[in-house]
Amino acid sequence: MSTVSETTHNGAVAVGAPPAPTADDGLSPSQLAAKYGLSVSGARPGLAEYTRQLWGRRHFINEFAKARTAAQYTQARLGQLWQVMTPLLNAAVYYLIFGVLIGTRKGVDNFIAFLVTGIFIFTFTQTSVLSGVRAVAGNLGLIRALHFPRASMPIAFTLMQLQQLMMSMFVLVAIVLMTGEVPDASWLLIIPALITQWIFNTGLAMIVARLGSKMTDLAQLMPFILRTWMYTSGVMYSIENLTAHAPHYVRILLDINPAAVYIDLARFALIDSVTSSQLPPHVWISAVAWAVLVGVGGYIYFWKAEEQYGRG
Amino acid sequence: MAVAEQQPLATPPKAAEARVPTVIVDDVHIVYKVYGAGTGKGSATAALSRLLLRRGSPNVRRVHAVRGVSFTAYRGEAIGIIGSNGSGKSTILRAIAGLLPPESGKIYTDGQPSLLGVNAALMNDLTGATNVMLGGLAMGMTQEEVRERYQGIVDFSGINEKGDFISLPMRTYSSGMAARLRFSIAAAKNHDVLMIDEALATGDRAFQRRSEARIRELRKEAGTVFLVSHNNTSIRDTCDRVVWLEKGELLMDGPTDEVIKAYEKHTK
Repeated sequence: MSTVSETTHNGAVAVGAPPAPTADDGLSPSQLAAKYGLSVSGARPGLAEYTRQLWGRRHFINEFAKARTAAQYTQARLGQLWQVMTPLLNAAVYYLIFGVLIGTRKGVDNFIAFLVTGIFIFTFTQTSVLSGVRAVAGNLGLIRALHFPRASMPIAFTLMQLQQLMMSMFVLVAIVLMTGEVPDASWLLIIPALITQWIFNTGLAMIVARLGSKMTDLAQLMPFILRTWMYTSGVMYSIENLTAHAPHYVRILLDINPAAVYIDLARFALIDSVTSSQLPPHVWISAVAWAVLVGVGGYIYFWKAEEQYGRG
Repeated sequence: MAVAEQQPLATPPKAAEARVPTVIVDDVHIVYKVYGAGTGKGSATAALSRLLLRRGSPNVRRVHAVRGVSFTAYRGEAIGIIGSNGSGKSTILRAIAGLLPPESGKIYTDGQPSLLGVNAALMNDLTGATNVMLGGLAMGMTQEEVRERYQGIVDFSGINEKGDFISLPMRTYSSGMAARLRFSIAAAKNHDVLMIDEALATGDRAFQRRSEARIRELRKEAGTVFLVSHNNTSIRDTCDRVVWLEKGELLMDGPTDEVIKAYEKHTK
């Protein structure tokens, strides 16, 4: 069948019909694809290429987080005021229960600052994980509609939590100042502490985002896991005081807990009475190690299932 | 079952050019897992006994949407995809776009295919304006490109014809308005392999004319165009080849007239 004899159909006919025998006949689909340089659709790109694509979407990630934060409280009458009210009310409730009723304040100087710092820092990790679980599963519409590196989603959601934390930080600083702390240079240490914690949170959010995309029950289970984690992280009590008479390994286990590490660092930065002698040994090293380990590990773990996130 | 072999009239789009494949679909099966679709009451005791007996949840249904479809699309083709509702048309397009991973089989594509669908869900709690910006950024445009094209996208969608609706959250839009905005966002970009999923059917007459014109423009730039539609006229107008899917299987693949004739006979 020669192609020349058939060009009389004024170009509008039957292009899709079977081909004249060509050199391509007899090639398997994969050989044909290889010959013309076609790639598998939706295949996971290499890690370097994936990172490059993700970097290309940095504005999307940033704008997505900003827009979502702005839209968060549009249904509430007090609107954006809730960004400040939520952490304040949280702090009030925990103060009432743990400070006044149960009395874990014993032996802690400036308990209010101690408690509020612990709550705000833990809430940062907690909300990152909670939004991470739903980051893929809750945005299937967007994921199925448009093509972009899926890691954008958990990263955008942790960025949202970072923006929320900035709000909380104003409240936190106000409370800490009211309890009689005096700002000094050590307050700047809060910045590296929060950066390492954010990297840790992002890695963790990517891990739970992948798990949550497969196990839909995880979103139900997560609040309980997180509450257990909170009660073992020394948010409303001093690990040092609690473990004064406990075996040494208990102390080490509680101290190496990443949430406790980041809480310790924030307290050390903001509260004068928390001195470096009260910090567990190598606490900065643990902070960086957790950030690198979970940040990089979580990223790779998430990337490994990139091609599967569209499947609901 | 008339499959392509019977086509003596076959002609490559440009006789001088070799046929260059742009999309190869090789024995693809696609399975959806749907949660909460079961008929059971889903009581706690039932869930517990399922766990204990290690039986799969009846609430998880596997929907085998595409069953072993194979075809090859070439550069310069416009391919219509027809079939009754639920025959797997949109599913196969989503798989070609790489948005839905096949259960088995492979799909090879030239570059990144783009899917213009009416079902492309955007973010309902955000304003139309934010959706335009986020959609553009997600498709890989730069901030400048989005800013440049913003007005064009809004004008094209016609959202602001009846007042300043673009600054309202998308949840307040009528379904037609939302569909128009989605299409306008997606159509703002140039595409290699372009797939249009019933996008022609949305919106009013004026919008349809605008979108048809835009699709012709896009076709000129695209290597291959796929069009899903229930409107046989628009398939006849735009496509030179038609693939007919039914119950997830490829029933027929050939020149437009022939396949549509068979399809119309079937549906009568």
